[in-house]
Amino acid sequence: MEVGQLQRSFIEYMSSLFNEGFLDAQFSQLQQLQDESNPDFVVEVVSLFFEDSERLLNDLTMALDQPNVDFKQVDAHVHQLKGSSSSVGAQRVKNCCVPFRSVCEEKNTEACLRCLQQIKQEYLLVKNKLQTLFELEQQIVAAGGAIPMMQ
Amino acid sequence: MGMVAAEQQFHVLAVDDSLIDRKLIERLFRTSACQVTTVDSGSKALEFLGFQENDHNHPNPPCVSPHNHQEVEINLIITDYCMPGMTGYDLLKKIKESSSFRNIPVVIMSSENVPSRINRCLEEGAEEFFLKPVRLSDVNKLKPHMMKTKCKSFHEPEKIVTKENQESPEIEKVPSEQSQPQPKTELDTEQIQQIQQSQGNNNKRKSIEEGLSPERTRPRYSSLTTV
Repeated sequence: MEVGQLQRSFIEYMSSLFNEGFLDAQFSQLQQLQDESNPDFVVEVVSLFFEDSERLLNDLTMALDQPNVDFKQVDAHVHQLKGSSSSVGAQRVKNCCVPFRSVCEEKNTEACLRCLQQIKQEYLLVKNKLQTLFELEQQIVAAGGAIPMMQ
Repeated sequence: MGMVAAEQQFHVLAVDDSLIDRKLIERLFRTSACQVTTVDSGSKALEFLGFQENDHNHPNPPCVSPHNHQEVEINLIITDYCMPGMTGYDLLKKIKESSSFRNIPVVIMSSENVPSRINRCLEEGAEEFFLKPVRLSDVNKLKPHMMKTKCKSFHEPEKIVTKENQESPEIEKVPSEQSQPQPKTELDTEQIQQIQQSQGNNNKRKSIEEGLSPERTRPRYSSLTTV
């Protein structure tokens, strides 16, 4: 594919991620903070988000699998997940955290498990989307083009 | 970034237990031409500052304090509220109770919009309270706070001049803020910032007055004379 076409599909793909609510304005902030002195900033921060989320989703799975669920601990994990998803602009993951915390407060294990399933699904979706976006970026760079700025 | 002269550079100490957020804050301030040191806990922040626990027990420290002066000049501390162990609020209190460090502006960040928490921090002397994630526009608002720490250093003998310099912009700001609507239960970011500003100003004025008493500012000067 030629550079211009790659750049157009990049813009189109980015727009769809915003329109479908996978990403919010915070992701644009990350992009703004990336410059020549820090060319990999977005990928670095998003990779940290992947690591963080996977650890927390694992911890949550284990915590909710206990016979006596420690809801305080569950809430602490969800709180962290909410923090990191909002810091990278993973809006749909972040949005799942709000109902999760309220059913946690109600000590409703069944509802917590449903929330966990939903949040896992949203996480995998956005991870997939972001990886596709980064691959597209790499293709543009490899073809000698510049990453289009979204504004 | 490279255009700012070294002596004008502000040094920010950022405290957050989340690595993602430390990265983010570091970048935000670097983009604003600040030097940034990040630590992952309140106790490490105190360690970095060279804080001694018994500091506030000495209301009249000797002219040259051998242990508890500010070793590195820090122009701003920005700390997360919710951290395991020492919270951002605990850190704020320690800083404001310390005769050596209370002049450093402290900004608290939190992902949760809890008005009572915000008020508590502002009453304790925090300059601002930011909702996370922190934006470049938030960081840009902090320049005047950091400038104050520099102004004090430059105008040390002329305290009254410094006072006037610091107070005049606030007096201008007050009328517009008094007309702001009072917050309801649901607060959006903008409203929060308005409350913060109006309350922050009261606190600022208080802290400036405190800063004028000689025994409280002396440690700072003594560290400067060694330069």
